[in-house]
Amino acid sequence: MSKRTLATLVAGLAILILLPFTQSNYGVFVLCSWLVYSISAMGLNLTLGYAGQVSLAQASFMGIGAYTTALMTMAGVPWPAAMIAAMVLCFVIGLLLGYPALRVQHHFLAFITLAFNALVVLVLRNEEWLTGGTYGIVGIPRPELFGLQTQKPLAFYFFVLALFVLMAVALYAIIRSPWGRAFKALRENPIRANSLGVDIRKTTLLAFAIGSSYGGLAGSLLAQLTQFIDPHSFGLTISLKVLLMVIVGGAGFFFGPILGALLIVLAPEFLRFTEGYYLMIYAVLVIVLMIFCPTGLLGLVERARTALKLRQNPNATTWEAGR
Amino acid sequence: MNTFFQLFVSGLATGSIYALAAIGFTLLWQASQTINFAQGEFIMLPAFFVLAGTQFLGLSFPVAMAIAVVLSLLLLGLGFKRIIIDPLLPHGVLPIVIATIALGILMKEGVKQFYTAEALPFPALFSDRTLNVLGAAISVQDIAVLLIALGAVALLQLFLNGTKIGRCMQATAQNPNVAEILGVPVRRMILYTFLINAGLAFLASVLISPIYLAKFSNGETLGLIAFIAAIVGGFNQIRGALAGGLLLGVIDNLSAAYVSASYRSAVPLILLIIIILVRPQGLLGKAEGRTV
Repeated sequence: MSKRTLATLVAGLAILILLPFTQSNYGVFVLCSWLVYSISAMGLNLTLGYAGQVSLAQASFMGIGAYTTALMTMAGVPWPAAMIAAMVLCFVIGLLLGYPALRVQHHFLAFITLAFNALVVLVLRNEEWLTGGTYGIVGIPRPELFGLQTQKPLAFYFFVLALFVLMAVALYAIIRSPWGRAFKALRENPIRANSLGVDIRKTTLLAFAIGSSYGGLAGSLLAQLTQFIDPHSFGLTISLKVLLMVIVGGAGFFFGPILGALLIVLAPEFLRFTEGYYLMIYAVLVIVLMIFCPTGLLGLVERARTALKLRQNPNATTWEAGR
Repeated sequence: MNTFFQLFVSGLATGSIYALAAIGFTLLWQASQTINFAQGEFIMLPAFFVLAGTQFLGLSFPVAMAIAVVLSLLLLGLGFKRIIIDPLLPHGVLPIVIATIALGILMKEGVKQFYTAEALPFPALFSDRTLNVLGAAISVQDIAVLLIALGAVALLQLFLNGTKIGRCMQATAQNPNVAEILGVPVRRMILYTFLINAGLAFLASVLISPIYLAKFSNGETLGLIAFIAAIVGGFNQIRGALAGGLLLGVIDNLSAAYVSASYRSAVPLILLIIIILVRPQGLLGKAEGRTV
């Protein structure tokens, strides 16, 4: 990491710490949901951007995490235990789901996860004795930390921010480890990676399971943030929303999903004046983005940077300029 | 037993409509590696073309149908290929998946905003009388739907196997590079595939709308079912998509009656997961070479 990136990161963190003080309660809520969706999208980015597997079930993992946390904390289990349980459960389910799916061709994970997400919503809706059915669960408590209540929006924001930073650092460590480099190698050229001794199936499976547990954590935070959950919040459309965050920002870029989540969480706020036409405008924007820039916004930035370097040094190869 | 037979036949009828959608889906996949996530909306929309013709322009039903066919071919066939798929193809499968999902949202919201959010009755093409067959009441409409859909599939098969253009299309689907070397106009063949898909979508639309009413959100379930039918039957086979569609129609009807209403929609999903785990090439499909 160069000094400049480090300085940018510190500045970014300072903004994240100071920003909520300038915001109303609603503004803080929007910031919180941005961070929560960022965690979920970071997890999906590990699966999609680094290991190259399309998953359409991130919302169902958020759902599993949210319901686990809600049910356990409301039954009196301390919140750290409930949140860890949510992550572990999602990790295990990710393993169980991914193990058979990754046996076959790459797009089959997309199909299986699509069906899985629909099934999870059905179970959440139908098993009323446990999940409250379509009415959902109301009154999920927010965590208490060293005697400090996070019931107030600001306090809860800092709780979410702390976890966000923690998960981002953990993800960075995973990607930089030899093991994370194996993910990338797989995405770039699976056959070559295999010939160098990377176990394709085991590595992608772990990427998928870790990505799922990030979804689980995001779900528990979402449950505490809104203090109300219902099956509708974890349907296929939400999975697509998280997938869009990763793609719009730039799959395979560390900050891609965070940028994507910011845009997609803020979009409804900015497009509110369009009322009923909002979803149509949104859909058109997505199609246009896919046509002109399928690698996402950070991909666009990188392309511009490469072009600039090439102009400064016409003798450099594209590969050198891209470094 | 009579109820079972009744459910079975009406299941076959809706299943044959699912099959039309599933076949279009597999044709697109074969010809240009396009996974069309807007397929359900492709089936929802043509019915509204017809309704717009009869309600707003005061056209007679046959004229409105004719205009709707042309519109479907132009927009869902030619337009879809030129405007959305052609620019996206070089970037691989994922951007197409995202863009077609977005297209589905656009079509759905468009109908809701500019037409109506209500479910509209669609004129039935056939009488809703029932026939008494072996003590079971079988509706004429079900039989007619089944015959028309199967007839369309048979015609399509004849066209693909019996004509020169059809054979060129198959060659394009199997190996576009070799087909091009052998003088097949590959790009035109791919366009034909998109037109056929639009035609099948139109047919499915006018067959299913009298049964389920025309509603902007019809595509959600239809798309998912077509998708499951294609995979269950075999993603690279017309026969497979046909079998998958019929199977899903019957299973859906029977499980509504015999499993439970609340878990009815879980049955196709579980079937999909089992098929992918046990027989990923589908019931009738041939295994493709593994990509890795």
